[in-house]
Amino acid sequence: MTKFLSCTNMTGGYGGEDIIHGCDIEVDRNQIVVIVGPNGAGKSTAMKAMLGMISLKEGSLILDSSDISKLTPQDRVAAGIAFVPQTMNIFSELTVEENLEMGAFLREDSVKETIEEIYNLFPAMKDKRNQLAGELSGGQRQQVAVSRALMTRPKVLMLDEPTAGVSPIVMKEIFERIITIKNSGVAIVIVEQNAKQALNIADFGYVLVGGENKFSGEGQALLNNQEVRKSFLGG
Amino acid sequence: MEDFEFINAMVLLANFVIVPALSYGSQLALATLSLTIIYGVLRFSNFAQADWMSFGTMATILFTWLFQSAGISAGILPTALLALPFAIIVTALFCLLIDRSVYSFYRKQKSQPIVLMIVSVGVMFILQAVVRFIIGPNDRKFFDGEKYIVHALDFKNYFGLEEGLTIKSTQLITVVVALVAMISLFYFLQKTKLGKSMRAYSNNEDLALLSGINPEKIVIVTWIISSILITTAGVLYGLDKSFKPFTYFNLLLPMFAAAIVGGIGSPIGAVIGGYVIAFSEITLTYAYKKFFVYLLPESLEPSGLMQVLSTDYKFAISFIILVIVLIVRPTGIVRGKII
Amino acid sequence: MNDELRAPIAFAIMGILLAIVGFTQSWSVSLSVINLCIISSIMAIGVNLQWGYGGLFNAGVMGFTALGGLTAVLVSHDPIYEAWDKAGVGIVISTIIFVLSITALLFVFRNIENKQIRNTLIILIIVFGLIGINNFYGPSIDIIESINPAKTGFLGGLGLPIIFSWLIAAVVAGLVAWVIGKITLRLRSDYLAIATLGISEIVIAVVKHEDWLSRGVKNVSGLDRPVPYEIELQQSEWFLNLIERINFSKLEAIQSLSSRQDLLNDLVIDSSGIFVKLCYAGLFFSVLLLIFYLSQLALNSPWGRMLRAIRDNEEAASAMGKNIFAQHLQIFIIGSAIIGIAGAMLTTLDGQFTPGSYRPLRFTFIIWLMVIIGGSGNNLGSIFGGFFIWFIWIEAEPLSIGFMNMLAGGLEYDNPLRMHLLGSAAHLRLFIMGLLLLLALRFMPKGVIPEKIQKK
Repeated sequence: MTKFLSCTNMTGGYGGEDIIHGCDIEVDRNQIVVIVGPNGAGKSTAMKAMLGMISLKEGSLILDSSDISKLTPQDRVAAGIAFVPQTMNIFSELTVEENLEMGAFLREDSVKETIEEIYNLFPAMKDKRNQLAGELSGGQRQQVAVSRALMTRPKVLMLDEPTAGVSPIVMKEIFERIITIKNSGVAIVIVEQNAKQALNIADFGYVLVGGENKFSGEGQALLNNQEVRKSFLGG
Repeated sequence: MEDFEFINAMVLLANFVIVPALSYGSQLALATLSLTIIYGVLRFSNFAQADWMSFGTMATILFTWLFQSAGISAGILPTALLALPFAIIVTALFCLLIDRSVYSFYRKQKSQPIVLMIVSVGVMFILQAVVRFIIGPNDRKFFDGEKYIVHALDFKNYFGLEEGLTIKSTQLITVVVALVAMISLFYFLQKTKLGKSMRAYSNNEDLALLSGINPEKIVIVTWIISSILITTAGVLYGLDKSFKPFTYFNLLLPMFAAAIVGGIGSPIGAVIGGYVIAFSEITLTYAYKKFFVYLLPESLEPSGLMQVLSTDYKFAISFIILVIVLIVRPTGIVRGKII
Repeated sequence: MNDELRAPIAFAIMGILLAIVGFTQSWSVSLSVINLCIISSIMAIGVNLQWGYGGLFNAGVMGFTALGGLTAVLVSHDPIYEAWDKAGVGIVISTIIFVLSITALLFVFRNIENKQIRNTLIILIIVFGLIGINNFYGPSIDIIESINPAKTGFLGGLGLPIIFSWLIAAVVAGLVAWVIGKITLRLRSDYLAIATLGISEIVIAVVKHEDWLSRGVKNVSGLDRPVPYEIELQQSEWFLNLIERINFSKLEAIQSLSSRQDLLNDLVIDSSGIFVKLCYAGLFFSVLLLIFYLSQLALNSPWGRMLRAIRDNEEAASAMGKNIFAQHLQIFIIGSAIIGIAGAMLTTLDGQFTPGSYRPLRFTFIIWLMVIIGGSGNNLGSIFGGFFIWFIWIEAEPLSIGFMNMLAGGLEYDNPLRMHLLGSAAHLRLFIMGLLLLLALRFMPKGVIPEKIQKK
C-alpha cells in the first residue's frame, strides 16, 4: 500500500549539475514528516521538486493514487498541496484577512468558514485581521504564512524551515499548531534546521546527505540513532 | 471698493492658481496612476507611457470626428466623452498586442527591470511614429459643447468685484471624471478579489503564483486599467488645452516626478504626487504682484513681478522637486513600491 | 560567425554604404554624413563607458551635448564689452549670491542636527537668496538683452579659437556630471535614468531661456571655424593649383580655353566644399581615435577590470570592500565629459548653436540605440553603432519618401491619401528606429560587435 503522497527516485537540479539523486520521500495523512540534513544537502531542492518548482530528470510523484509529476506548481496547489516558503511567505502590504483571501484565491465557494476555523486555530490572527501583515511580529507573520497556505484546505502542507529566526518560545508554539493541523487530517512535510526539536514532533524523518537519503525512520528512532546524533544533531 | 480688496485677491488666486492647478493636477494624477500601476505590477519604468497617452487621445479624436460627421453629439458636453470608451477599447487592444509581441518575451526571461525600460524606449519610438503617421505632429483642438460654466465677465458683474472668476466646463469635467475614475480604481484595488490579487501579485510575485493567481490574467488587467487611466487623462488634458504629440511626450517628466514624489508604485502616492507637482508648477511660476497690490497698503506695494520662477521653467519645476525628494526622502511621500 | 571577423565585416559594410551614397548622391553628402557619424560615435563611446562598462543608465545625454555646445559658444564668441561694462557686475554679484546660497544650504543640511533650526535656516536662505538674486539679476539681464538685441543681446564669450572649447567642454560637462552624479548615483538604476532625463531637460530649459548667457532660441550663428572657409580656398593660389593638377587630364581634354576655365571654376567650387569637410573629418577622426585609444587603455587597466567586476556583481564587489559609488562617479564623469566634447564638436561643425533643436529623441535615445545595436560594452561596437544608426537616421527619410511613393503609386497626384502618405513619410524613420531597437534587443541583445568576454 503506497502512502498518500509518495515521491520516489527524484533526480534533478536547477539546470546545472543534479542536486538530488534518487531521493525518496513519502508521507501519509495525519502524519508529520521531517527532512533534516546538513547545509547544501538538497533539503529545499527536494521540497521544490515535490512542488514542481524545478523540473526533474527522473522520478515519480503520486498524490492520492494519481500522478502529479507533470503538473505545474499552480495545478499542484489546486490538487491539494500547499507550501509555506521560508522567506517572503506573506503578502506584507496586504492585511491579514486579505492574505487569507489570497490563499483561497482558487476556491470558488465561500471561504468565510475556513477563515473562522483559522481564527480558532490562531486566535491572534483575528485581533489583527485588518492590520498589514508586514507590520506584525516575526512569530505572527509565520502564523499568517501558515494560515494563508491552509486556506486552500490542503491535503498536504509543506513548510520550508518554519522556525528559522524565531525565538524558542515561538518555535514551540509553531510546532504545537503544526501538530493540531496534522490532527485535522493533513499530511505535513517540514524541512528543518532545528533538527532535534523537529524530529521530536515527527512521525517519520529523513536525513538527506549529498542529495541522497542517508537515514530514514521514525522521529524518535532517528533521535536515538547514535550515528545520526553524532553527525547531525551535535551529539 | 476698499473692503473688497481681500475678496478680490482671493478671487484672483482662485482664478489663476487654484482652479487651473486642480484641473491640471487631476489630469496628472490619472496619468501618474497608470504609470505607477505598470511599475507596481509589471515592475518597470515605462518610458512609453506618455506616448500611450498620445495614442489614446488620438483614438478619441478620430472617434470624435466620426461621431461629429454622423451628427452624434453629447449636447452641452464634449463629443469626446462619447468617443472615450471606444478609444479606450482600441488603446487597450493595442497595448495587449504590444505586450504579447514585445514585453511578454522579456517577462518570461525574467529580464532585469532596466532591460524592460530600454524595451519601452523602443515602443516609445514606434508609438510616436504611429501617432504622427496617423494624425500628424500638429496641434489639434477637439473640444465642442458648452465652453464656460462661470464666465469672468458675468462673475464680475454679478458680484460687483474687480476680479473675475472663470471656470471652464472642461475644468469641471476633468475634476468630476478624475474623481470617479480614482474612486472606482481604489474600490477595485481594495474591495474586489481581482483587485486584491493584483496587489498581492505586485507585493510578492512568487507567493501569488503559489496561491494560484494567474500572472497572465493580472498582466492583461493591468494593461487594461492602464489604458483606461492614460486615455482618460490624455483626453481630459486635450479637452482642457489641446492635443499635440510633442506636448504629450513632455508630460512624461512630470508624470515620473509625480510618481516618485508620491512614492512610486503607490496609487495614493500617485494622486498626491500629481497634485503636488501641478500646484508647485503653477504656484511657483505665478506672478503675485497683483495679488499683493490688493492685499498690501500702497506704500508696501511690490515693484517686481513677485514671481519665484519664470514660466519658462514651468516644467523644470517638477524635476527640481523630484531632485529634492530624491535627496531628502527617496521613497516618496507615501512610502512607495507596491500597489 | 567568427567573432573576430564581426568587426571588420561590419565596418566594411559601413564603408560600402557610405561609398554608395558618395557615388549615387554625392561625395559632399557622403562626407557630411561621415562627419556626423564620427561625432555620434564619440557620443556613443561616452554612453558606452557609462552603460556598457559601468552599468549606469544615463538618459541625460542631450543635456551634456547642449553643455558642450554652449561651451563652444562661450569660448569662441567675441566678448560683448558693452554688456560687460553695463551689467557684468550685476551678473557676477548674482552668481556669487547663488553660489553662496547653495553652499550655505549644503552646510546647513549637513551640519545642523536640530530639525526645527535646520528647516528655518533653509527657508531663510532660500528667501533671502531669491530676493538678493532678483535684485541684481533681473535688472542686469534686462540691460544685457537690450544691447543690440538683433545681433548680440548676450554677454558673449572669451574670443578664443573654437577648438579650445572641445577641451573645455569636457571639463564643463565633467563638472556638471560630478554634481549630478553626487545627487543621483546612489539611486536605483531606473531612478537614475529618470533623474538624468529630467536634469537634461533643466539644462535645455536654461540654455533656451537664459538669453543673456546663450541668446536662447534666437540662436548664436557665425561661430569661428577651426578649418578654412570655402571662399578663402577658392581665392588661394595653392588650392587652385592643386585642383588643376588633380584634374589635369580632364581639363586637358577640353580645347576651348574659356570652357576649360569654366570647368576649372566649377571644380574649384565643388572641391572647396569637399576639402573643408575633409578637414573636419580629419580633425574629428583624430579626436575619435584618441578617445578610443584612451578608453581602451583605461578599460584594460586594473581600474577598468574593477569597473566591470562591479557591473557584473555589485554585491560581491561591495563585499570585497570596493567603493562602488566612487567608481560609478568616476565613470559617469568621464563618460559625460566625452559626450560634452562631442557636443562642442557638433556646434563647431554646425557653426551655430541652436538651443531649440535639442530634443531627447535625437540626442539621447538615438545615442542609446547606437550603443545597444553596436554592442554594449565594446567601444568598437559603439563606433560602428554611431556610424550605422546615424546613417540610417539620415537615409531613412529619402528611403521613406521612396517607399511612400511606391505605396501611393497608383493614386492621382492630388489624392488626399497620397498627400497624407507623403507628408507622413518623415515619421517612418521613428518607426524604423523603434523597430531596430526592439529587433536588436530581442534577437541580438549583445549587439553587432559583442563585448569580448575577458578570460583570466
